[in-house]
Amino acid sequence: MDEYLILMRLDLITKDAQPSPEQMQVYMKMYQDWVGGIAAQNKFVGGTGLSTEGKVIKSGQIVTDGPFAETKESIAGFITIKAKNFEEAADIAKGCPILNGPGNSVEVRKIVGVDNTR
Amino acid sequence: MQSSEILPHLFRNEYTKIVSVLCKHIGFENIEIAEEIASETFLTATETWGIKGNPEHPTAWLYAVAKNKAKNYLQRNSIFQTKILPELTKTQTESIEPEIDLSPENIYDSQLRMIFAICHPSVSSEAQVGLSLRILCGFGIEEIADAFLTNKETINKRLFRAKERLREEKIAIELPAPEEIEDRLDSVLSTIYLLFNEGYYSISQNKPLRKDLCIEAIRLCSMLVENQITNKPQVYALLALMCFHTSRFEARQDENGEQILYQDQDTNLWNYDLIRKGEIFLNKAASGTKLTKYHLEAGIAYWHTQKEDTKEKWENILQLYNRLLQLQYSPIAALNRTYALSKANGKKEAILEAEKLDLKENHFYFALLGELYIDIDRSKSEGYFRKALSLAKTSQAKISIQKKIDQFSK
Repeated sequence: MDEYLILMRLDLITKDAQPSPEQMQVYMKMYQDWVGGIAAQNKFVGGTGLSTEGKVIKSGQIVTDGPFAETKESIAGFITIKAKNFEEAADIAKGCPILNGPGNSVEVRKIVGVDNTR
Repeated sequence: MQSSEILPHLFRNEYTKIVSVLCKHIGFENIEIAEEIASETFLTATETWGIKGNPEHPTAWLYAVAKNKAKNYLQRNSIFQTKILPELTKTQTESIEPEIDLSPENIYDSQLRMIFAICHPSVSSEAQVGLSLRILCGFGIEEIADAFLTNKETINKRLFRAKERLREEKIAIELPAPEEIEDRLDSVLSTIYLLFNEGYYSISQNKPLRKDLCIEAIRLCSMLVENQITNKPQVYALLALMCFHTSRFEARQDENGEQILYQDQDTNLWNYDLIRKGEIFLNKAASGTKLTKYHLEAGIAYWHTQKEDTKEKWENILQLYNRLLQLQYSPIAALNRTYALSKANGKKEAILEAEKLDLKENHFYFALLGELYIDIDRSKSEGYFRKALSLAKTSQAKISIQKKIDQFSK
């Protein structure tokens, strides 16, 4: 089994795109049920949600308040899972409930040591 | 009470207190001496009470005899220390007049320190449970062997090795420093948790012993909540968990020792006093920021004390299992979570999730699939129950699965 990172990207900035508290509750349940299902297969390693604010530090020590590349591409959270191969990891990622929202995406990356990044 | 009845009862309660107090005085390295003095005290009691009858205050009598025996031992030891040893080594050591304090406060303090000494990380968790049963709960070697489904020799060896270990490591009988409390508390709590599970989930038929294990686990945990240094939220959570579980103890087995499934239990046999206590402890567990598996399991156990099958109940149980599995995976939690999922989100979704679980050797897994398919596909359901029957190892499990299969021919 290898470890894979699932990055969840969605629009955290645009006002219209933000869910109401009631919707949020529904989304949280869907998300927890999805993660619970991964954990029930003993394939959950770790992970968490992230705050909507952020700081970006660019080369030259320039610090800005969270301008993400595109509003659609803000990282909302991540989890790490165990999977046999990329295919299985991608299958698990397909179940991520944020994919019900148009424009949202998840990205799957295999976790490797610094020496084996190629 | 006849002396024949009163002594075993006193032994269980007082032996452990005498050993803990003496150990606090003479150190863990001399635990065998403490055990010997305690045993001799009871031997003297058996002989004397057998002839003269029970004394008016049996406990006070025992303490007086234990104190004398301890003083005699320590004085002999101090003669050796002050007279003989200096002659040998030409150094002076001070003579200390031994004062053995068997007041309730000192007994409590000694036992609390003892639990931290026993649950030291240098000892295996199996040995921690064994030592706790012996030194803190007063169980006989044979009873401990029964609890672990093994023989006396194995237990004797295991306890001996563990005591050696604690001696070698020079483990002091004291409460850990405040900055160490959280870490050390972890192993104390997991020992109490194992002790309780041994009593609650074990398949052995020896029912009175089983219940004793649970009650002792609750007593040890209660000691921890009574102390300012150790009454942390996770301690309250564990205590709440054990109260909720124990509240259903009498409803779980029929007269033949056969297990009664949760949905078939007679709620009149539930202990509502314990449920109320559990609720109070669970509230106290809610302070702080650290969410432990005891909190989550206590939450699940709390919802199980609500008999009605409401949407809210199963949704809460499902979310607690979701979190619990993220903290720590276990096959049983995975199966229970899938059952909760069927109750909260429907059977179809639960079947899809169940089929992802890699538990093909586990009879509970097939029993769960059988249960999920019961109203969807009867022949599939029966097939799964038969598969579960072929994998079940205990006669009790076989009986309850057979009952399910029998319903298909009706």
